[in-house]
Amino acid sequence: MNQRVVITGIGIYSCLGNNLQEVRDSLYNGKSGIGIDEARKEFGYRSPLTGLIETPDLKPFLSRRARVGMGQPAIFAYTSTREALGQAGLDIDFLENNETGIIFGNDSTAEAVIETVDKARLKKDTTLIGSGAIFQNMNCTVNMNLSTIFKLKGVNFTLSAACASGSHSIGMAYLLIKHGYQNRVVCGGAQEVNIYTMGSFDGLGVFSVREDDPTAASRPFDRDRDGLIPSGGAATVILESYESAVKRGANILAEIIGYGFSSNGDHISNPNLDGQTRSLNMALSQAKIDAEEIDYINAHATSTPVGDSTEAQAILEVLGDKVPVSSTKSMTGHECWMAGASEIVYSLLMMQNDFIAPNINFENPDEHSAKINIINQTKQQKINCFLSNSFGFGGTNSTLIIRKVS
Amino acid sequence: MNMKNTKLTQEEIIETTKTFLSEEFEVDENSILPDNNLKETLDLDSLDYVDLVVVIEENFGIKLTGEDFKEIVTFLDFYELVEAKL
Repeated sequence: MNQRVVITGIGIYSCLGNNLQEVRDSLYNGKSGIGIDEARKEFGYRSPLTGLIETPDLKPFLSRRARVGMGQPAIFAYTSTREALGQAGLDIDFLENNETGIIFGNDSTAEAVIETVDKARLKKDTTLIGSGAIFQNMNCTVNMNLSTIFKLKGVNFTLSAACASGSHSIGMAYLLIKHGYQNRVVCGGAQEVNIYTMGSFDGLGVFSVREDDPTAASRPFDRDRDGLIPSGGAATVILESYESAVKRGANILAEIIGYGFSSNGDHISNPNLDGQTRSLNMALSQAKIDAEEIDYINAHATSTPVGDSTEAQAILEVLGDKVPVSSTKSMTGHECWMAGASEIVYSLLMMQNDFIAPNINFENPDEHSAKINIINQTKQQKINCFLSNSFGFGGTNSTLIIRKVS
Repeated sequence: MNMKNTKLTQEEIIETTKTFLSEEFEVDENSILPDNNLKETLDLDSLDYVDLVVVIEENFGIKLTGEDFKEIVTFLDFYELVEAKL
């Protein structure tokens, strides 16, 4: 079986905005979502810079029972998924009666786990931790909560693959639909934003410390970058077989035509040119298109010297020096587990509105970024086909290629 | 608030209970009446009993067990149990 796989709904909750419209405007205007969280300094962070995002109150939408098992990842993911399902025209009645799966990317629940352990230490009695903790603590928290709330009855597991989690979740759902095992899957990525989750990452000394100018701190591909900025929220992408989408009269946003993946089998944190090029080449070969057909590349580039340089070399080697490239992390910071899904949403918003969002703060190239076509000002341009990279710790690589449906 | 070892009247227990149960379980304070069924009024499922134990401990400083709840049908049963345990 070889079904076409299309996207029928997207949703977003990020430091660029609380919904698709706000995020589209931020992308177009090159507006950064980065700021300072003073609590991080007090906690011992080297850098207080972060994507600024509030935790939404779900009381107007969900019962107490539904909410007690939800920590930040599930709360963010509920918000983006609600928007995506709405756009896709999928309500709970439909979902309850038409098998729909969920594969969500997530790789931490640090805040919930730490608060649980603190409570257990204080009370010395596990009953007094409360009933919600277990459902907040498990890494599959988004899947457990959303499958219950939205009555999803298809495939149901969490995808944990570091900063490529969101991208692989889409890739995995794509494969399940393509080969006929599912007709519809809710995918995406969630990333908690709090002082507990990023402390150990900050400890590696890879975060920017440009505190005097937070919105200029994330500068992927720029010669003068000094590190990444952690961020988060959630993004949802609804995947569906083409036949299923047409049958129910859904609005088709685009089609997934390629998913490449690879593992470096090398260093735990350093990127690897061979691993990245294998992922890119696999996606291109699966899409059965030439590099020239790619109108835009949403780069993984996080604003670290070694990561950006390696990706610039991989892009040059596989896709050449002409394709427009930008890293939306220049505005969002690194949305980690969520990034691979949010960057599909960002790129789809560009595709729908005929523009390329800028790689803000790209002022001076380095040796490798000088050789590719990085866009640092909003560019009006039709995008028929785009490619999005996601690379994670442990050497996990993912590449998605998405095209308009003709 | 920990009221263990503090002698509360039943009226004080009723008032305190109304406040924390209505907040925790998001029900109307006026539905918490002595003769009303506790499980039905608070819409408790098996997991909710764990949270009931937590809020009782937080507010009265006593820890109830599953055995205790077997005897509780109405709020009045609950008030009497708390009064006896304090």
